[in-house]
Amino acid sequence: QVSVALKEGQVTPTQLCQRCLALIRSTKFLNAYITVAEETALKQAEESEKRYRRGQPLGVLDGIPVSVKDNFNTAGIETTCASNMLKGYISPYNATVVQKLLDQGAVLLGKTNLDEFAMGSGSTDGVFGPVRNPWSYSRQYKEKSVSKSHSEDEESNWVITGGSSGGSAAAVSSFTCFAALGSDTGGSTRNPAAHCGVVGLKPTYGLISRHGLIPLVNSMDVPGILTRCVDDAAVVLGSIAGHDPKDSTTIQDNFMPFELPDLTDVSKLSIGIPKEYHAPGLSSEILALWSKAADLFKDAGAKVIEVSLPHTRYSIVCYHVLCTAEVASNMARFDGLEYGHRSDMNESTESMYAATRREGFNDVVRGRILSGNYFLLKQNYENYFIKAQKVRRLIANDFVKVFRSGVDILLTPTTLSDAVPYMEFIKEDNRTRSTQDDILTQAANMAGLPAVSVPTALSEKGLPVGLQFIGRSFQEKQLLTIAKWFEKQVKFPMIQLEEVKRLDHGVFQHQKSASFS
Amino acid sequence: RAAAELLAHLERLALVDFRDAEGVERLQKAIQFADRLQEVNTDGVEPMDSVLEDRCLYLREDNVTEGNCTKELLKNAREKVEEYFVAPPGNIPLPKLDEQETFLQGS
Repeated sequence: QVSVALKEGQVTPTQLCQRCLALIRSTKFLNAYITVAEETALKQAEESEKRYRRGQPLGVLDGIPVSVKDNFNTAGIETTCASNMLKGYISPYNATVVQKLLDQGAVLLGKTNLDEFAMGSGSTDGVFGPVRNPWSYSRQYKEKSVSKSHSEDEESNWVITGGSSGGSAAAVSSFTCFAALGSDTGGSTRNPAAHCGVVGLKPTYGLISRHGLIPLVNSMDVPGILTRCVDDAAVVLGSIAGHDPKDSTTIQDNFMPFELPDLTDVSKLSIGIPKEYHAPGLSSEILALWSKAADLFKDAGAKVIEVSLPHTRYSIVCYHVLCTAEVASNMARFDGLEYGHRSDMNESTESMYAATRREGFNDVVRGRILSGNYFLLKQNYENYFIKAQKVRRLIANDFVKVFRSGVDILLTPTTLSDAVPYMEFIKEDNRTRSTQDDILTQAANMAGLPAVSVPTALSEKGLPVGLQFIGRSFQEKQLLTIAKWFEKQVKFPMIQLEEVKRLDHGVFQHQKSASFS
Repeated sequence: RAAAELLAHLERLALVDFRDAEGVERLQKAIQFADRLQEVNTDGVEPMDSVLEDRCLYLREDNVTEGNCTKELLKNAREKVEEYFVAPPGNIPLPKLDEQETFLQGS
């Protein structure tokens, strides 16, 4: 809708950009952005405006404000990964996906907040502070929360966004941009998407280039897409997917961008409900929503069957070992010599490295590096690392077996519960939280399969809940088509934010529109 | 104690320190957690390196497509001289850190 508005001249790219920037300023308390690139964004918007005036927009994304998680390299803009190690680091190049977005004319508003180096499931552990879920300030949440004094409890009752791409999810959810890039290694795009009521797509491993994405786990990382509706996700996917010679883990198959058809008949579909995803700790609300969704498909004529993925409960342990091992290796590049923080210690190379890393990394990162090194020790390699790789194959095979048996897509919850208040979340440490929260999303990363979280309904507390679809490798079109049908059926409510209402005037409708395509 | 040696060895390998007893405990818990892997029967299963293992890696033509960005790359380094990154002397081993207070139980 916004794209059409831009084409018809109802609103100009610079107006759009300025409104988004103003909204970013007024929602600063969300702490969704680490860096706001005002000048470059306005310049990009001006360029876009010139193109529209000539009647030659680059495509649907021309002039659309987007934001990018701060672990993607962006030329000339600080890239920190929410860590002291990279504070002040100005990337000399654009990540491939960022470049692709810019080539389509998108306007890059800024870099969003995350957990330090994308490790975490709450977006609470970065050095720039935690991200607040915009829904904490929504009328829907405030109405449902029992509070004695409004202003006092607002300060302490705010809920987390989920992680680690919390800033991106909050940015999209609060209307400050129309799409955002996140990254997904264990659920880092889908988890905050579910908590913030936006669509979170994790593409198949190998579809989108990771060049320029600061790596966490090379064999599981993918760039993720966060948007307000499924159609938008398909549009963004269309512009950033495809082989990249700079990333040897991208497949060479030709990628054709697609438009999602409007599915009317689901009777030929077979939906799998994996029983192991009824995990301990799953809230009864979400369980009920999951059943309702299954019934929705059943009533529409689809075949809904229970399936089994027996190794699901080991995916977190497996992830724990493989992730820490790869992290130990990937974080070794941060030694202070070529870029990033460098300690003043100058006695010897090794002591300088050690001091730099002690000063630059927080406890979570350091803990994972040390654990990873432990699992990679010669005496432990076979029992931990190789063992985890074997378990990984078993997990991936579970999915292969299920999909081979005729199931088209899997339907599962995305999170165990709705977003929790920050004060509660921090009572447990990062690893425990990740262990609990990643359980429903991790296996898709293990097997490299595409998955999408679609906002489904509001919980009793007035917070969003999402459900997850997991599809076959490289079948994003099928996955998103079904997700789009589902989205239409559930009619998820729009967030009612006071800040947005204050700036509301006629043309601002475009800002609030759910889709830009 | 063997455990303290292991900790020192890990710190040297990782070039990151435990900092305090909490850090050591964190490692302990991590190992306990990972031990659950032993419950799974993996006889006859090959380790999986990548989900794309069924596809061939490719090689491209040996032509230079990018480079010559010395100035850009040097911009981010703190200590440099002409076109060199400057590091402190490398042949001095890392000094031994103080003994930790707690020890790793078992392996």
